Amino acid sequence: MDIPRIVGAGLIVIGAGVGIGRIGGQAMEAIARQPEASGKIQTAMLIAAALIEGIGFAALFTS
Amino acid sequence: MHPNLGTEMLGVMQKRTVVKILLIFTLVFTTSNLFAKETEKEGEGDIKTEIKEFIDHHLQDSHDFTLFSDKETGKHYGFPLPVILWDGGLKVFSSSKFHHGETLANIDGNYYKLYHSKIYKTDAAGTITYDEAHHATNVKPLDFSITKNVVSMILIGLLMFFMFSSLAKSYKKNNGIPTGIGRFLEPLVLFVRDEIAVPNIGEKKYKKYMSFLLTVFFFIWFLNLLGMTPLAVNVTGNIAVTFALALLTFLITNFTANKNYWGHIFWMPGVPTFMKIVLAPIELLGVFIKPFSLMIRLYANMTAGHVVIMSIVGLLFIFKSWVGGPLSFGLAFALSLLELLVAALQAYIFTMLSALYFGMATEEAHH
Repeated sequence: MDIPRIVGAGLIVIGAGVGIGRIGGQAMEAIARQPEASGKIQTAMLIAAALIEGIGFAALFTS
Repeated sequence: MHPNLGTEMLGVMQKRTVVKILLIFTLVFTTSNLFAKETEKEGEGDIKTEIKEFIDHHLQDSHDFTLFSDKETGKHYGFPLPVILWDGGLKVFSSSKFHHGETLANIDGNYYKLYHSKIYKTDAAGTITYDEAHHATNVKPLDFSITKNVVSMILIGLLMFFMFSSLAKSYKKNNGIPTGIGRFLEPLVLFVRDEIAVPNIGEKKYKKYMSFLLTVFFFIWFLNLLGMTPLAVNVTGNIAVTFALALLTFLITNFTANKNYWGHIFWMPGVPTFMKIVLAPIELLGVFIKPFSLMIRLYANMTAGHVVIMSIVGLLFIFKSWVGGPLSFGLAFALSLLELLVAALQAYIFTMLSALYFGMATEEAHH
């Protein structure tokens, strides 16, 4: 087994997880503050999450 | 409030925690015991590699539509598909000639071998030569076969054609009110228009892109859902398919882009000249990264979903006990529900980001 690659994959998952987690959390807060804007916030949240996910996957596949 | 209520509740909670911990311990203990027995009997390494091979095989495209196989009798249940090769002339034959890779296909004196789901030209004995990295060095004829993925795509294409033409017809017949399947499709079409196209592209220009956005949305969504059926096709988890979809987005973005868009890429307005020179290559790279990330995202999401669900189903064969059944069923059921959501979400995100790129490409100068 080659360990650096596995550790790298783990780090990538941690990074992407923290990023998407923060986006989700902040979106929750924003929706709680302004429930009427929830539609727009969700859309923006999904786009940002998708972009981070894309980077995460790209890194995973090259690791 | 009763003064003892707090401590009583604490006591109840502690009892519950103790029970939970005991339960977990018994579970772990019994499973580990079973594990040990299993290793003594057969060696679970074999089962693990078998599951791995099965998942690898499932993720790949194949030349015949096998629904299930019987390992003991070596029989495969399914149907063969046409193989179309270009090897100094068109060669069309049925994939049943390969017998699932067990025999060579002899076509007009040429021998073809199915090896790891790819077709190689070989001699009469069927030898495959390798280089140092264990890659086959045999000649690979151009392969235009109607594979499992192609069949699925044709199926979904026909399904979409009939569904949407019936929707269009029902508008004519029924004074603009959809009937039948159209009642399910109309809100989705409106969703793509009102939530994806109009906010991202703008009122004036969205109509030109609607046909592409709708097609891509439903195509990806239906193919994702088809991947969740026991037919076990993995079309959107194939990088060639997502590459073609992303290529379409790339071409449409760049061929409909206006002067303002190219201006923002090569000569960014409103920044110092030095920064303009620095930004140009980065922005140019961005033009290619955008569709690349579309491709990777869809491919990786669907592949990951399939791998996770199949590994969890595979737990059943590793545990081989009363623990494995409910565990694997419960997890696989929950994950399948999640995958249904992901199927729609990925179609939405692909369409949404495509619309976003089209909107960026057609934005008018506003200063």
